[in-house]
This record gives sequence, structure tokens and C-alpha cells, in this order.
Amino acid sequence: MNNTSKLQQQRRDFLKASAVIAGGTMLSSIPLMGHSSVNDIIKIALVGCGGRGSGAAAQALSTKFNVKLVAMADAFRDQLDNSYKDLEENFKEKLAVPEEHKFVGFDAYKKAIELADVVILASSPGFRPDHFEEAVKQGKHVFMEKPVAVDAPGIRKVLATAEEAKNKKLNVVVGLQRRYQKNYRETIKRIQDGEIGEIVGGQVYWNSGGVWVRERKPEQTEMEYQMRNWFYFNWLCGDHIVEQHVHNIDIANWVKGSYPVSIEGTGSRAWRTGKDYGEIYDNHSIEMTYADGSVIYSQCRHFEGTQNRVDETFFGTKGKAYLSAGNAGKLWDHQGNLLFNHPTKSQANPYQTEHDELFESISKGEYNHWDAEYGAKSTLTGIIGRYATYSGKVIKWDEALNANNSLMPETLDWDAKPKILPDENGLYPYAQPGLFNWQKA
Amino acid sequence: MYRKLISLSILAISQLTLHATQDTSSYTQAINGTNLSFEMKAIPKGKFKMGSESGNPDEKPVHEVEVDGFWIGVHEITWDIFEPFLYKDYEVSQSIDGEVPSNVDAVTRPTKPYLDMTFGMGKEGHPAIAMTHYNAIQFCKWLYERTGVFYRLPTEAEWEYACRAGSIGDYCFGDSAEELEEYAWYLDNSDGKTHPVGTKKPNAWGLYDMHGNVSEWTYDQYDENFYASSPSMNPVNEPKKLYAHSVRGGAYDDEAFDARAASRLASDPSWKQLDPQIPKSNWWFPEAPFVGFRVVKPSVQPSKAEIDAYYNTPPIIDK
Repeated sequence: MNNTSKLQQQRRDFLKASAVIAGGTMLSSIPLMGHSSVNDIIKIALVGCGGRGSGAAAQALSTKFNVKLVAMADAFRDQLDNSYKDLEENFKEKLAVPEEHKFVGFDAYKKAIELADVVILASSPGFRPDHFEEAVKQGKHVFMEKPVAVDAPGIRKVLATAEEAKNKKLNVVVGLQRRYQKNYRETIKRIQDGEIGEIVGGQVYWNSGGVWVRERKPEQTEMEYQMRNWFYFNWLCGDHIVEQHVHNIDIANWVKGSYPVSIEGTGSRAWRTGKDYGEIYDNHSIEMTYADGSVIYSQCRHFEGTQNRVDETFFGTKGKAYLSAGNAGKLWDHQGNLLFNHPTKSQANPYQTEHDELFESISKGEYNHWDAEYGAKSTLTGIIGRYATYSGKVIKWDEALNANNSLMPETLDWDAKPKILPDENGLYPYAQPGLFNWQKA
Repeated sequence: MYRKLISLSILAISQLTLHATQDTSSYTQAINGTNLSFEMKAIPKGKFKMGSESGNPDEKPVHEVEVDGFWIGVHEITWDIFEPFLYKDYEVSQSIDGEVPSNVDAVTRPTKPYLDMTFGMGKEGHPAIAMTHYNAIQFCKWLYERTGVFYRLPTEAEWEYACRAGSIGDYCFGDSAEELEEYAWYLDNSDGKTHPVGTKKPNAWGLYDMHGNVSEWTYDQYDENFYASSPSMNPVNEPKKLYAHSVRGGAYDDEAFDARAASRLASDPSWKQLDPQIPKSNWWFPEAPFVGFRVVKPSVQPSKAEIDAYYNTPPIIDK
């Protein structure tokens, strides 16, 4: 098969995959209720009231539609109270959350979801599959933050729930906001239209300095400590290759119009080695091999004092592409001629755009958003990357998707024990390549 | 919440003391306990015409201003010395004895940014960018704890005086924008990126990158009408509100016109648009990668109470 026809075949496969999604919706017999009337308020529940959840609620309340926040849920009362206070400063007239609609604890989400038309899911990623499943079971539209799971069983739950959401015509937006950012949309459309030929390779990066650390307090149980410091525990966060780098990995999958068939890689703890940093690695380098044999290289690290880089580059048979969250979108031919250059200044905020588009669809009674499937598959790509760097083995997509390696604790309770516990020096065990069994994680 | 009025005496100095103590050349400030340092240049007391008749309305009226002498950074503050302040673990790694003194450790550090705050433009030798006004002042506090020397942001008047270095033209070298590329990284030659500091020509007083590379924080509240009522001696528009603060000097993404000595830029809440969290960070402007700063040392070190007042004013919470 020559390159052109192979490319056309890929594009047909991609379109076919999209058609399956659209087809699924047509089979649904459930009518979609619009919210076009001025008096018809769109009720929102916020599940997970941290900084990002509060931010997402603020963006939802900043849309031009008739929206009200009616319920809030969080594992921690103080977090919920801080969030309410911050939102009240700017959205007082759009807050309708009486005391009895503030829910606290591990199953608070169920009660908050009941009261809403649209649910914002922004808890630690490990809880997402259960929260998403409940929201769709209750027939609610969803905005959920990335990543959407931290292990293969979680991904299977999200994929099954995504199917159910399709059948019920529930709009689902995932906070991979690059999908709602104009430079990515316009540049990737041109790539998929063949302007730089078939994509044969690429590099995606998130190399930065690392993020917050929450110190242990003496009164905390192990469960509370891990949930407060969730970035450093895989059952909550998935490691930074999943939590953060999923953004760039998702761009690779979007550009390729498919998902890797296998991943291999290497990673370690080189900088963040102390007891404050749980079990996660601070660097991962992986190679994602796609069905057509093309390879996209990915690198993510949290090192201080070193070069930073967060962007994506792709190589096509006819040229190359450069993309970044700073609104860059460039295409060149192989002679170095610039084919396309997206303006970087005065661009819309993609975090706002994702809510504007979601609430527009809901208010018109339209079904336009089915992000959960690609959100789950790109999250799985990051998870497989972790399986690969932790184990040092080549991991196949299908094998990983079917693994029974749940990271969730047996019970969720403040006195319950997570599966990973510190040793007598306060240090957590972490994966050693060659010894780590990813299928039993 | 409003910032407390800060005594002007922090910013002013006595001429007598100036003559007694001021060296007329550069000095190197070691960041004690590390192998890091930066260069400072003495700027003589003097008068100049501030503003521009041919510029934007906020540059008018042109008015004569007198400023006392001071020292100012030869370069914009680079990531090399900003990152030890940002990251405690990195500071430990840069410290000669592998420890951070307790007074230094007690300085509040920026929250670690979730995003890459270099925006891929490079780090070693490049100016530190995208920090808030509050963040820049807290860096000065960190420097003070490390060195025992009071550093602060320049006032708008000090900045323009230092930038002009005696020039009455649009730029430190005159009026011709064609010469700008010899002195500055700006839109026409930067390739859309910051560049290592000190890689273009300095002005007559030996200061680099005043017209380009990154725009620089001043201490002043931005007021487009301030020049109409500005005092003539050591003027400063005390900052009391979160927005706007005055930013001076062009950046890598500015046209030549906006890189003039007199042009003024006001900080804006949209510079935090890409902060997806509530409350928004007091420390970062993810949509202002064009902003950095350089530091000033007044000729006379202010009193401990004045220093505390300058550094310890709590941030105005950004909703």
C-alpha cells in the first residue's frame, strides 16, 4: 500500500470510529430535554472542591446560560467550605447551595449528583470512574477533569459508562482543554487533511519543575494523609505521566487518529526521593508504537534547575508540525517553508471554551460531546506508559486494557489502610523495573 | 485589602550619604552560601525629562524629575538565581554546605507552578518570567535574607532614568528604531523567544536588555494620569491595589514603538486567564511570559522596620 492510500485508509478508519459513536446516539430512544427557557435553570453540582474543581465551577458559572450551583460534595469539610467561600465572592447570585446540599465524605458525591442536571467531577482521579458511573446512572450531563482513571479496571468502567452516556445522549466533556483550544483544532485539522502528509513520528513533552507537596500532620490517619497529598500516590493520581502528561499524550493520539498498540519505556525517581513524595516516579520516557508502525516518543519529568519543555512536534511524510498550549500551531514543509502559523496573542481561554460549548449544547437540548471515550483511551495510554516504565517491559494495549490490577483500597474509610504504606522511616516502596509485576500492581 | 502605605524614606536617600558611600562602578553581589551572584551598577543622582510628547497619552506631560542615586541590576534577574528561591530542594542543591539557613528557609516561596513557566523559551541565562509583582518583591526578600542587603523593585522614575542613561530620544541610543536590533531582543529579531541576558549592546550606563528581552516590573501603581501630578523629586505612585502595576521596557514580542524608554504597560487580570484554579495564584501570570524584573539597591539601607514594611505586606487576594 502506498503512503497516500494508507493515509486514506487510516482516515476512513478514523471516520468509521466517529460514525460508530454517532450511530450509537441515533439508536437512543430517550428524548433530550433542552434548557432554552429563561426560567429553566441548569442546575450544577460540584464533586471535588479543590482548586481545580472550584475553578471549573467558576467557569461553568461564567457561561452565558441560566446556570446555578445547587450542590457541593467533597471528602473534606474544610475544602468544601473554602471552595464555597471563594465562589461566593464572585458568583453570589448563582450560588444556591443551602447547608443541607453540602455533602461531605466518601459517598457524598451520590447525594450531590441527585440534585443537578450537570455534574462537575473534579475529585482526585482515582475516584473518577465511580463518580462518572454514578452521574451517568442518574442521567446527568458531565464535565469531568482529566485523567479519568488511574488503572485498567477504572478505564474499563469509564469506557462502559461512556457507552451508557451515549445511549442516554448525555453530553460529556473531559478537561483535556487542548481539544477546545483553537490552535490545536485548526492545526490538527490541517494535519488530518494531509497538509504535511502521513504522520510517521513525533515527540510530546511535559518537562517542568514539579508541583505542590502537602506535609503530613500528626493528627492525620494514613488514609487522610494520602488523600490530602494525592499527587504522590498512584491509587489517587496515577503518577504524573497520567495526571499531567496525559494532555500531550492525548495530542499524539488525536494527531494519529488512533491509539498505540504497544508501549515501552524507562523511568525512575532521580530528584524527588524523600518521604514527602509517596511512590511516584519523577521521570518517564516512553515510545508509543501505533498500528501503522509509526512511533511517537514521549518524555515527562519533574526536575528542578533543568531545561523545561511542554509541547508537541510531529513529523509527516511532507513536513512537520509544532504545537503548544501557548497557542502555537505551525506547519512547515520539508524545505522549511512555513505553511501555517496560528496567531498566539488574544486567543480564547480554552478552560472557558470547554464550558461554553458544553452548556450551549445542554441549553439547546443538543448532543454534541462524547469526550469520555477518547479521554479514557488517552488516560489508558498514560497508564500503560506507567506500566512500561515501572516494569521495564513492552506492554501491549489489549493486554493492559484487560488487566485486573486495581489500585483502590478494599474499603474507603478514614481508618482504612491504602494498599501502599510507608516503612519505619516514613519512606514508601516504589516500583523497581525488572522486579515490578504490573499485572498485580 | 489595601497595601499599607510604605514610607517614602525607603525609596529616597540622603545626598550626603550618597556621596559618602556610593561607589561609581559595578559590584558583584554574591548570594551568600551559594556559588551564585549577580552584577549591580551604580547610577548617579540626576535630573531627566520623564515621558514623551510623541508617545502614548499616558506618557504625557513630559516633566522634569530628579532621582537620587541608586544601584540597579546590570541584567534582568535570570532563572539561574530565581529558581533557588522558587524551589527549596533546588536551593539546597545550590547551597555550598547543602543547607538552607533558617532565616532564608522562613521566606515564603512561590507555589510551584503546574505549568512550565519558561514556556519552552529556555532557562539557563534567560530572564525569569511570568511572576507576579508580589512574587518579584518576595524574591527581593529572599535575596535580603541571603545577603543582608535590602533589594527592591525600581520605581517607574528610576527605571526610565536608568534606561535613558542620559538620552532624550525614544531609545537609550537616540530616535532611530533601525538601531534597536543592536540593543534589544524584540519582535523583529527575537524569533518569539527570550534570549540569554546581556547578549545585545548595553546602554551608556552599562545596563543590558532595558529595551527588550522581557518587560520589567516597577514598584509603582500604574496610573495613566500620574504624570500630571507627579512630584518632581523621587516620584513613586505607591501601590495599594492589585491592579494595575506599571511595567516598563519592551519584550521579545513587542514592536519597536512599545520598547521605547517612555512607553508604559499596565498589568492586567487577563494575565491570569490560563490559571484554571480558584482562588487564582498570587504568584504567577501564566499569560504574561513577557514580564520579568531587575532589582534596585538604594544608596542607604532603610531601617529594619521599613524593610519589614516593604517585604511583609500580605498579598492582595485575587478572586
